[in-house]
Amino acid sequence: MSVKMEKLKTAVEEVLGDKLVSTKIALDELTVVCKAADTLAVMTALRDHDTLSFEQCIDVCGMDYSTYKDQPWDGPRFAVVYHLLSLKHNVRVRVRIFAEDDSFPVVPSVADIWSAANWFEREAFDLYGIVFDGHPDLRRLLTDYGFVGHPFRKDFPLSGHVEMRYDAAQQRVIYQPVTIEPREITPRIIREENYGG
Amino acid sequence: MAEIRNYTLNFGPQHPAAHGVLRLVLELDGEVVQRADPHIGLLHRGTEKLAESKTFIQSLPYMDRLDYVSMMCNEHAYCLAIEKLAGIEVPLRAQYIRVMFAEITRILNHLLWIGAHALDIGAMTMFLYAFREREDLMDCYEAVSGARMHAAYFRPGGVYRDLPDSMPQYTVSKIKNARELAKLNEGRQGTMLDFIEDFTKRFPEKIDEYETLLTDNRIWKQRTVGIGVVSPERAKNMGLTGAMLRGSGIAWDLRKTQPYDVYDRVEFDVPVGVTGDCYDRYLVRVEEMRQSNRIVEQCVAWLKANPGPVITENHKFAPPSREDMKSNMEELIHHFKLFTEGMHVPEGEAYAAVEHPKGEFGIYLVSDGANKPYRLKIRAPGYAHLAALDEMSRGHMIADVVAIIGTQDIVFGEIDR
Repeated sequence: MSVKMEKLKTAVEEVLGDKLVSTKIALDELTVVCKAADTLAVMTALRDHDTLSFEQCIDVCGMDYSTYKDQPWDGPRFAVVYHLLSLKHNVRVRVRIFAEDDSFPVVPSVADIWSAANWFEREAFDLYGIVFDGHPDLRRLLTDYGFVGHPFRKDFPLSGHVEMRYDAAQQRVIYQPVTIEPREITPRIIREENYGG
Repeated sequence: MAEIRNYTLNFGPQHPAAHGVLRLVLELDGEVVQRADPHIGLLHRGTEKLAESKTFIQSLPYMDRLDYVSMMCNEHAYCLAIEKLAGIEVPLRAQYIRVMFAEITRILNHLLWIGAHALDIGAMTMFLYAFREREDLMDCYEAVSGARMHAAYFRPGGVYRDLPDSMPQYTVSKIKNARELAKLNEGRQGTMLDFIEDFTKRFPEKIDEYETLLTDNRIWKQRTVGIGVVSPERAKNMGLTGAMLRGSGIAWDLRKTQPYDVYDRVEFDVPVGVTGDCYDRYLVRVEEMRQSNRIVEQCVAWLKANPGPVITENHKFAPPSREDMKSNMEELIHHFKLFTEGMHVPEGEAYAAVEHPKGEFGIYLVSDGANKPYRLKIRAPGYAHLAALDEMSRGHMIADVVAIIGTQDIVFGEIDR
């Protein structure tokens, strides 16, 4: 399998050339990093080039790197990770694209290249606030109607900001600030190097 | 002349044919669907966010609750992702047990699907037939894990415990006399593997029964043939996987093409459709049940002959045995660290996919070396399928939308996550 990955890596490098920022093989998976400006050219090449032909966009997901390793993150905070699958060559590739602006992350939409990306991008927009430029219908998908904020960002509390209940006096459902205290049962621990000898 | 306007109809979220909490906004021209806009998220629990604040083992039971009709397959993908990242070797017996239960789960899922799908488009009896067999398989779940549905049986590194030596039996009650009781307990006298073997012998006949009810049924064909046709090119582009892709004539099955666990050691065929309509997908799934039955048969034969460990010896990821823990200081420390702090998965990222009964179920796991995942992304097959609903239902009658939802095998636990 790793010979196959090496072959794929050279094929990708050949086709994409200087549009690549980096390529890496880890755990028998190829990860490619590209610039946001090149997204459409890169994705079209990955789909249409005969030696690659990634016909399926299996997954698109947002990433927020701001608390990675519990240290200040050096570089763009938001990224979009694409998982592509080639049925013809039976290989997968992972493409990571960082959104340049942290306060208003924008990445070009690939919904025209793969219809499957349409909903995945809506989800990433909903949960991370990443805007997909050129998306045909960028609405919230998973969260409530009228939801404020982007819940999967690392600075969004697990308990949320508001809770909903039925108010008997007003005879309708109302939103109010959350009354529960966030608690952590098992602390998050990153062990130092050579832990335990 | 009166103005003709399109009509907007709300379908669900409290409609029995919506398979849960689907709110579908349909734009209709007469009875013909012009546009279908699914509103999802009514069952959104934020599993991925919750997983970020739980240790790896604590999030495992959440996986059962994603697609709550094929519980163990979800756990399977999650365990494979952790094993890939941490480089854990899984004992062969555990791999066989997992494959056996993954296939039992596939049968469970397809039985519910065939029952619900048939019920949606007017065949009541199917539901009762399918649930009769589901009961036996649920008993297997219960015997092995203690829970009929949310098993939490697969663990990173293997399975929680070995298969039991006996099957639970029915006991006397007011409504069951001794003769009936003896009949019910007939297959439960031996070990659990004997019970499953007995089931695999009975099951092909039951599938024939289902087929006599549906396959040549005129009404069934009227409702499914030529409905929701997807061309192979569109199927790929829309990200359809599993039976939805195979129904369109593409022979793609992760169990064959990218085998995990021991799928490369068992024999089975991959059924493929021709026309890509609801009827072909029905035929594909029925044949998949027969093939799953074959795999279960082979696993039972292997498991009977080969005893051995069922979870990895690496105690950084799996607990030591009780006996070792109480007689060995080091194992006691392992046990304590594992259950207080949890396992530490090395830094990196991995994507593991399984051929879930519904399609490709993938787990994308990013770890920064902590005892909790940094990011867990669940790639649910039903999500991509439901996204394709708009295109599949355009130009069909409103009643066909129900058939298309049925054929997509929608379960909201995994779509909303």
